[in-house]
Amino acid sequence: MSANLGSLRKQFDGSIEPTPAKPARNLLLWMYDRMTLIREFEERLKWLVETGVPVGAVHYYTGQEACAVGVCAALEPNDWIASTHRGHGHCIAKGVEVHRMMAELYGKSTGTNHGKGGSMHITDVSVGMLGVNPIVGMGTTHAVGAALSAKVRQTSQVAVAFFGEGATSFGAVHEAMNLAAIWKLPVVFVCENNRYAQSTPVEYAVAVSKIADRAAAYNMPGVTVDGQDVIAVWEAATLAVQRARSGGGPSLIECETYRYYGHHQGDDTRRYRTKEEEAAARGKDCIQRFRERFLRDGSLALEELASIDKKNKEKLDEAIVFAENSPLPEPEELYSDVFIPEPQ
Amino acid sequence: MSLQAAASVHELTFSQAINEALHLEMRRDPAIVIMGEDIAGGAGLAHLGFVDSWGGSLRCTKGLITEFGPQRVLDTPIAEMGFVGAAVGAAMSGLRPIVEIMFVDLIGCCYDQIINQAAKMHYMMGGQIKLPLVIRTAYGTRGDGKRTYGGGAGAQHSQTLYSVLAHIPGLKVVVPSTAYNAKGLTISAIRDDGPVVVLEHKFLGLAAKGLVPEEAYCVPIGRAEVVRRGREVTLCAIGRMTHVCLEAAESLAREGTEAEVIDVLTLSPLDEATILESVARTRRLIVVDEDTPVASMARDIAARVAEKAFDDLDAPVRTVTAPDTPVPFAAVLEAQYVPKPAHVVSVVHELLGTGA
Repeated sequence: MSANLGSLRKQFDGSIEPTPAKPARNLLLWMYDRMTLIREFEERLKWLVETGVPVGAVHYYTGQEACAVGVCAALEPNDWIASTHRGHGHCIAKGVEVHRMMAELYGKSTGTNHGKGGSMHITDVSVGMLGVNPIVGMGTTHAVGAALSAKVRQTSQVAVAFFGEGATSFGAVHEAMNLAAIWKLPVVFVCENNRYAQSTPVEYAVAVSKIADRAAAYNMPGVTVDGQDVIAVWEAATLAVQRARSGGGPSLIECETYRYYGHHQGDDTRRYRTKEEEAAARGKDCIQRFRERFLRDGSLALEELASIDKKNKEKLDEAIVFAENSPLPEPEELYSDVFIPEPQ
Repeated sequence: MSLQAAASVHELTFSQAINEALHLEMRRDPAIVIMGEDIAGGAGLAHLGFVDSWGGSLRCTKGLITEFGPQRVLDTPIAEMGFVGAAVGAAMSGLRPIVEIMFVDLIGCCYDQIINQAAKMHYMMGGQIKLPLVIRTAYGTRGDGKRTYGGGAGAQHSQTLYSVLAHIPGLKVVVPSTAYNAKGLTISAIRDDGPVVVLEHKFLGLAAKGLVPEEAYCVPIGRAEVVRRGREVTLCAIGRMTHVCLEAAESLAREGTEAEVIDVLTLSPLDEATILESVARTRRLIVVDEDTPVASMARDIAARVAEKAFDDLDAPVRTVTAPDTPVPFAAVLEAQYVPKPAHVVSVVHELLGTGA
């Protein structure tokens, strides 16, 4: 159990079931698998971009893996998530298949969205992924709607709204939080504070020093956790999800994190970040810390991590081959699925 | 369901007809929820006896909360971006939400949710989701043109902002004109699996009364209706303008001129076939629209007819619209702003070379 779990628990709800001190071994392996799969996906994508493969506009998630994985580790398969413009990590953590994601980036008909969405709209409702959404902050309102749906239909589903610290200056996010609070909806607001909205630093654009403090305005718990520590994220998410599922209403988790690359492909971070700051952030790499911690305490063995690494590299090899070999959309696809249903 | 075929009919106002549609559909399908500002009224004040104290700006939602409860009938805070977004999310995840945006002028507060989110979800997600969302909103001037002082609601609460919705691919936009088609189009919108905007004219809300079948029925989306037959000119009308055109046609008939009147009913997808078929017979077209003229439905319809039926025309297509100005406040100016039967009649005279 992390040092701050006690205080976290106090903030969320005194009556919540005790959380396990540490995730079970299979959950630890799952976390490692997902974090490295996201990392591998983004690294391959970066290589594709840099070698001139036209995959459209992309926003790399590299560095923030612990946020998506820690949160999704606390969810059930039928729970919902709504994502941001930087959504590949959320997709993979929720279970969207990487070969279909890659095919989508290639604009192929086998993609998650049949080539009609691209990186900024990847969606797979079959795994509870309500959409990558590049209109910053809007996904939060959709998560609130999914939570309303769960409440009205009397299911036990929870909806997670991912958003960045930049989105917390946007009205829709505040409207979403207020609605979730007054209607006591099963929503977990997860703010990935990666410190920069494109090039605008959080200190400039946000009037509070902790995003979590904004929860007070909506009478819900708000905590700040180390977003480079997947266990810390998982602990907070577990408490928030329990609170939501038991009818306690929404919570806000701020994950302090860092994106290793620019806002989007080709963005030169040297226009707004120093080399030293970037190096310091990489020094807290979530995958590296995870390996050190659980190899040192004997929870996991080097060979099993190596075999996950190998499997995920192969998965990406296959994903790229799948994407390259997949057919392009047929010309008539331009006109399909405009209206639901199609006019007669 | 025609009036003749209905087992029983009763006379309702436009607003009452929509109210009846909402009641019938919410009884039929528990997945339907409705939300908006003051659609019930008095939310959270039941302990003081305030329940259902408002019922929406046109009273279309009166009585819903007492029958269906606060779980399915949700008064919202003033947060169009938030609750329209919540409706989008709910529509993606198993509900069939209806939202009321008090006045169409307020779509500026949630335009992204409508045009970037609701309208495009199905397409950009590769058809994997349905989005059964209804957006109901009041439009138009409230004035009846009879007042001589004071005014209406002014520039931010009186607009006819439907062309900016019809412009967006994927969004269906319907504009009922009578109690009968208001009920039928509302039910069609609710049963549609995609996003549909229903525009309800403030003036018609109380003024338009008519016989309505008591049971549920659909008026199909995407179909215009010829509401008066004539052979010399086609008057193509939207919403309240249907009544203006019928009045104009009546007055023209007294002069011996036979005008055909088409009630467009659905702006998107537009029923071009009915309009083109009419123009092929009458060889003249006037589009009458309460919206401002630039980049408008009136000019869109005119352009489509010019493009597809130029050889059928004996005269240029004309439009009668509001002027290219904001809606003024003073009653005399507001009355001047809205197209009147006399405007339509005078353009018919110009086209036919008749009259004064």
